[in-house]
Amino acid sequence: MKQILLSFQDAVSRIPDGATLMVGGFGLVGIPEQLLVALADRGTRNLTVISNNCGVDDWGLGLLLRNKQIKRVIASYVGENKEFERQVLSGEIEAELVPQGTLAERIRAGGAGIPAFYTPAGVGTPLADGRETRVFGGKEYILEHALTADFSLVRAARADRMGNLIYNKTARNFNPMMATAGKVTIAEVEQLFETGDLHPESIDTPGVYVQQIIVGKQEKRIERLTTR
Amino acid sequence: MSEPMSIRERIARRAEKELLDGYYVNLGIGIPTLVANYISPDKQVVLQSENGLLGIGPYPSPDRVDPDLINAGKETVTAMTGAAYFSSADSSAMIRGGHTDLAILGGMEVSAVGDLANWSIPGKLVKGMGGAMDLVHGAKRIVVIMDHVNKAGQPKILNHCSLPLTGKQVVNRIITDRAVIDVTAEGLLLVEVAEGCSIEDIRGATEPPLLMSETLLMNAY
Repeated sequence: MKQILLSFQDAVSRIPDGATLMVGGFGLVGIPEQLLVALADRGTRNLTVISNNCGVDDWGLGLLLRNKQIKRVIASYVGENKEFERQVLSGEIEAELVPQGTLAERIRAGGAGIPAFYTPAGVGTPLADGRETRVFGGKEYILEHALTADFSLVRAARADRMGNLIYNKTARNFNPMMATAGKVTIAEVEQLFETGDLHPESIDTPGVYVQQIIVGKQEKRIERLTTR
Repeated sequence: MSEPMSIRERIARRAEKELLDGYYVNLGIGIPTLVANYISPDKQVVLQSENGLLGIGPYPSPDRVDPDLINAGKETVTAMTGAAYFSSADSSAMIRGGHTDLAILGGMEVSAVGDLANWSIPGKLVKGMGGAMDLVHGAKRIVVIMDHVNKAGQPKILNHCSLPLTGKQVVNRIITDRAVIDVTAEGLLLVEVAEGCSIEDIRGATEPPLLMSETLLMNAY
């Protein structure tokens, strides 16, 4: 049985200044949106954030950027956020850009107890400068190190009281790996079910990876509404 | 406004011919995404979206928009019948592991040996490479689609790329508004010339020397 948190204020209250956070989502899809709102309200500072993107100017991680709560970001694409650009140019924030597949695998490795691995992504590019490389089967690869975090903030559609999680459609994205790579994983979920009400065959993230659960109403803002 | 659209459409329509029946394909953001609009109904092609969807369907009608269902360009989409959802780690495994038949990507510069630069311009703020650096090493075939020359009229196909690379010796074919050029061990091979262009036009707008295909097609598209 997992700890079920009752308020988002409480959920973020144990995250200290200077913590390293993993934040799930791709664009605004699958982000732990109410945890981020609460973190922005609380004003926790000097955060290192590992996330594929960095929100938009007025939502998601953009709320924390606006408050200058983030000192360092590890991401694969941050082009949707003007405030992010401004802070990088002015040197207020440090950004490490990582190929998307490398980012996903570094997080997966972190959660799986693999300290480092070789990948072809980035060979022959500025990313390889000064990096350890090795040739396997005549092809060159770069050594990449695993990532872990003090807290992982993930979003799922459904949870049960055992902490088992099920995601919805493309809102899965980085959430399953991040759930495994946080010392404390807090799952913001749309619906909480009684133990036994989720079918064991359909679980995406087994409950062992999840420490705390909070139920939140999601706004699910759409970044690029595109219709026929 | 109509002129740039027609160039994009010309490139996208030609690029569609690269998609073969039964292929799993990743289309990059921008003009590559438009290729999906022209896929012939007699081919079954499965489009991969690196945010975790195999089997991208058409854009939704306004009443069928699902905020949890987007493509890698963050546009709302639908999933085709028979689609699958998965994590970002599974998604890159599908790409890096060589399970994807073809990736069509945009380009800023391509070199004579197939180096690709498409993610960063020094002096401008870097937005990030997203999934491009994984894709160029994983998909079985890499096709770059782009304008033949830049806004200043200078070649984008160069002896050596001047911009930071996305990948080294990764491009198999370049499709532009003017020509189709293959990257071969012997050098760049001109295989098709678009309507309204001559071989001399293409040579003049391409920095490296071009070999002529024995089956060179004029007015090909």
